[in-house]
Amino acid sequence: MNKKNKIKIVVNGKLLTVNVKFSIKNLIEKLKTPINKVAIELNEEIVNKKKLSQIYLKNKDRIEIVHFIGGG
Amino acid sequence: MKSDILKIADTKFKSRLIVGTGKYKTMKECAKAIKISGADIVTVAVRRVNISDKTKPLLMDYINPKKITYLPNTAGCFNSKEALRTLRLAREIGGWKLVKLEVLGDKKNLFPEMIETLKSTEILTKEGFKVMVYCNDDPLMCKRLENSGASAIMPLAAPIGSGLGIQNKTNIKILRQQTKVPLIIDAGIGQASDAVEAMELGCDAVLINTAIAKAKNPFQMAESMKYAVISGRKSYLSGRIIPNLKGSPSTTKKGLI
Repeated sequence: MNKKNKIKIVVNGKLLTVNVKFSIKNLIEKLKTPINKVAIELNEEIVNKKKLSQIYLKNKDRIEIVHFIGGG
Repeated sequence: MKSDILKIADTKFKSRLIVGTGKYKTMKECAKAIKISGADIVTVAVRRVNISDKTKPLLMDYINPKKITYLPNTAGCFNSKEALRTLRLAREIGGWKLVKLEVLGDKKNLFPEMIETLKSTEILTKEGFKVMVYCNDDPLMCKRLENSGASAIMPLAAPIGSGLGIQNKTNIKILRQQTKVPLIIDAGIGQASDAVEAMELGCDAVLINTAIAKAKNPFQMAESMKYAVISGRKSYLSGRIIPNLKGSPSTTKKGLI
């Protein structure tokens, strides 16, 4: 496996290695995230959920995927 | 009788009890307690999705956001930046504009950081959010929040989760007189009588989480709080008698043998 074809990203604080030309849509599919129940941030900027397939991840990108949990 | 409907930011709600969804043993227990409470609004928090365990149940699978209003909060935020980031994400999840702002300043007592809270209220209001604001019971700060566009003023009765009940009735009475948007007691309720008291002071609603979730029987407490809020509201609207130190017989002397 050629390392040049891999990038490292951080998703919810966890380091992941993915292929280059990996979109946020690919990531969501890989993680099996229910897209209509979450919000996504890329490097602290909210990502438009309609454009997920157009955004390719770069090395060291930080992604946050959040949802609602119980709270007061 | 004139209809008595709670209206927050132009949205009408039947129940004057708002409940939190935290601290329950299971999501099933939480969902059942909420149903029994009759609440129309539940507070929810924004957190990271667990990416390593996809089998974990989701809140939305238990509490349908189409049937009950989700009120996203900023629990755990200690400055304006964190709170704004959290609520912008919450809005992104599903278009929520009605939000609960809670900027804490003190990890021990969980008192609100009012300067950051005020700053956040101004920014969020400008961004089109309808902001219900957790705050202390200081009438001057509450006025400033209202002037900054807050959709509801939500003073604490006592520290979050303490169950101590209303500590400063005088301030709540002053707030009642000055506040034109809904006034909602948020935090510190411990038992049904505290909720009744809040409503009898003229508050428009109460927000309860721990008192229900951590009661030995959360379902029974949820029901108790439901009726407490109704009871206190009706008592407030009924025009109570003037308290009098002297006794006044309930039965006429006429016809006494």
